[in-house]
Amino acid sequence: MAQNIIDVKNLSKSFDISSKEPGLTGTIKHFFKRQTKSLKVIKDINFEIKEGEIVGFLGANGAGKTTILKMLCGLIYPSKGSISVSGYLPFRRKENFLKNITLIMGQKQQLIWDLPPIESFYLNASIYDLDKFEAKRRIKKLSEMLEIDEELFIPVRKLSLGQRMKSELLAALIHEPNILFLDEPTLGLDINAQRNLRKFLKKYNKETNATICLTSHYMKDITSLCKRVICVHEGAISYDGKLELLLKKLSPVKEILIVCSSEEDAIKLENSGFTVKNKNKNEITIKIENNSITSSLKTILNNFDIEDLFINEPPIDEVIGKVLIKKDYDI
Amino acid sequence: MNLRKYLKVYKKFLHTSLASELEYKTNILVDLITAILSLVGSIFLLSIFFQNNGYIGGWKFEQALIIQAIYTILNGITNTWFNPNLTEIVKHIREGTLDFVLLKPIDSQFFISLKKINPSGFLEIMLGFFLLLFCIRINQINLSLSFISLSLITISCSICILYSLWFFISTTTIWFVKTWNAIEVLRSFLYIGRFPLNSFSFSLRVFFSIFIPIAFITTIPSEVFLGLSQYWKILLEVIVASVFLITSRKFWLFALKFYSSASS
Repeated sequence: MAQNIIDVKNLSKSFDISSKEPGLTGTIKHFFKRQTKSLKVIKDINFEIKEGEIVGFLGANGAGKTTILKMLCGLIYPSKGSISVSGYLPFRRKENFLKNITLIMGQKQQLIWDLPPIESFYLNASIYDLDKFEAKRRIKKLSEMLEIDEELFIPVRKLSLGQRMKSELLAALIHEPNILFLDEPTLGLDINAQRNLRKFLKKYNKETNATICLTSHYMKDITSLCKRVICVHEGAISYDGKLELLLKKLSPVKEILIVCSSEEDAIKLENSGFTVKNKNKNEITIKIENNSITSSLKTILNNFDIEDLFINEPPIDEVIGKVLIKKDYDI
Repeated sequence: MNLRKYLKVYKKFLHTSLASELEYKTNILVDLITAILSLVGSIFLLSIFFQNNGYIGGWKFEQALIIQAIYTILNGITNTWFNPNLTEIVKHIREGTLDFVLLKPIDSQFFISLKKINPSGFLEIMLGFFLLLFCIRINQINLSLSFISLSLITISCSICILYSLWFFISTTTIWFVKTWNAIEVLRSFLYIGRFPLNSFSFSLRVFFSIFIPIAFITTIPSEVFLGLSQYWKILLEVIVASVFLITSRKFWLFALKFYSSASS
């Protein structure tokens, strides 16, 4: 049984935020006397993450996902509560703790802009106290996994966003961390680059058993990587559990488009007690609850003359969107 | 602290920043020409001040030239290390890239203070050094072991004071976000360091000794060169430099507790 690698108890964070009225008067007032108020952005949250887990943090913009990640990796001091990551208090930023973690941010970069990525990799290798041969071995291994080769020797400023992101990943993983904090890593990438990045993360997790905490607004990142999600709403956790279960709870029915052999069959089906969404000649769309889908399909196939059948899953973005915008969503 | 590791990292810093700067050859050339013109201009300006009166604040032109030489060396150090790194702190904090620095298993102050170098500043250091050698000759200064040791001590202290002042101001960015103006004010005060402290009125002398210790930065090392310095002044400079260095370090560690990182 995997051990807990991250343990968060009653964690809260408040920031002092200053507000400004519009217009010149507001600006002058703001210059001389700032109206500040304390804003609680994280509210008494609790969760645990096991070694090797990939957990997705879901939430609307400003919900507090990034703040949680930054507290987990020790960048921000918590206002209240406790965090333990790999047995360390993150905000103390002990050397051994820092050698175990990495943070990758889709919108910020650490590579040296005017030089090829390989220079940044060797710089990071010296910071992590790796000798030249070990650094070379790791760069070779990771570049093969990330499928980058020539790009390593081209100045960063001349690389595409996708190539840059792959290089960022290599720079962030050269010390082989066992906890990865990823803040929107696929931001701005095209579909192929996104897919390649997900493929790499899956492989990295499988090969190293690294724990991955991920925030993303691309649902594909979450569905293909995370079995477990933590939904954050206005600084509080509104759901923590399996993604599959969340989807089932949020979307208890499936839509089935049935193409009947004749219009008569479609009319028969319409009057057989199923919830009908719409009907067009011999095509009929019905709604069936997830838990009775097998038995209902059996009944339909046995009693009606069916030409074709399509099961439509509701788009995941739409389903998850419900969690993000509703204040007190009862999951 | 693992000294071997830090030396290895610093070697990498030198390599990467030199490689970055050498990508822009014209820029380096312009910087080199600027450094030469700036020194010639400063000496010309100083000679104008001394044209009518042979002495300013009890200093002859040849003696005041020592201050100019020390100022040029310090300005070279500023342009080589402080300017490219310490101005970057503001950017790191504003844009949140300090996150990457703080998550590296290396001292964050070491990283942000020494990561970059501007090679054109080296020329200024060399020019200042040659001017200093010239001043040693024209002022007929005897080079003894104690003289060299005291010179090195006072110049090192000057570098520490200058660095600490600059670093202190840059650190306040964690609260105030933008501190460009304060750094510009500091740079303007440094120009004052080209003139002997005695050439200012009493109140200004107090101001530049206590509140903004520019006086310690150039005047005391110059006095050592001329054999005018008293030991208590050198000791005071060592104390001031140590206090500044320790305070800037403590202040940085204290400020990091308030770092909230930039929003994503």
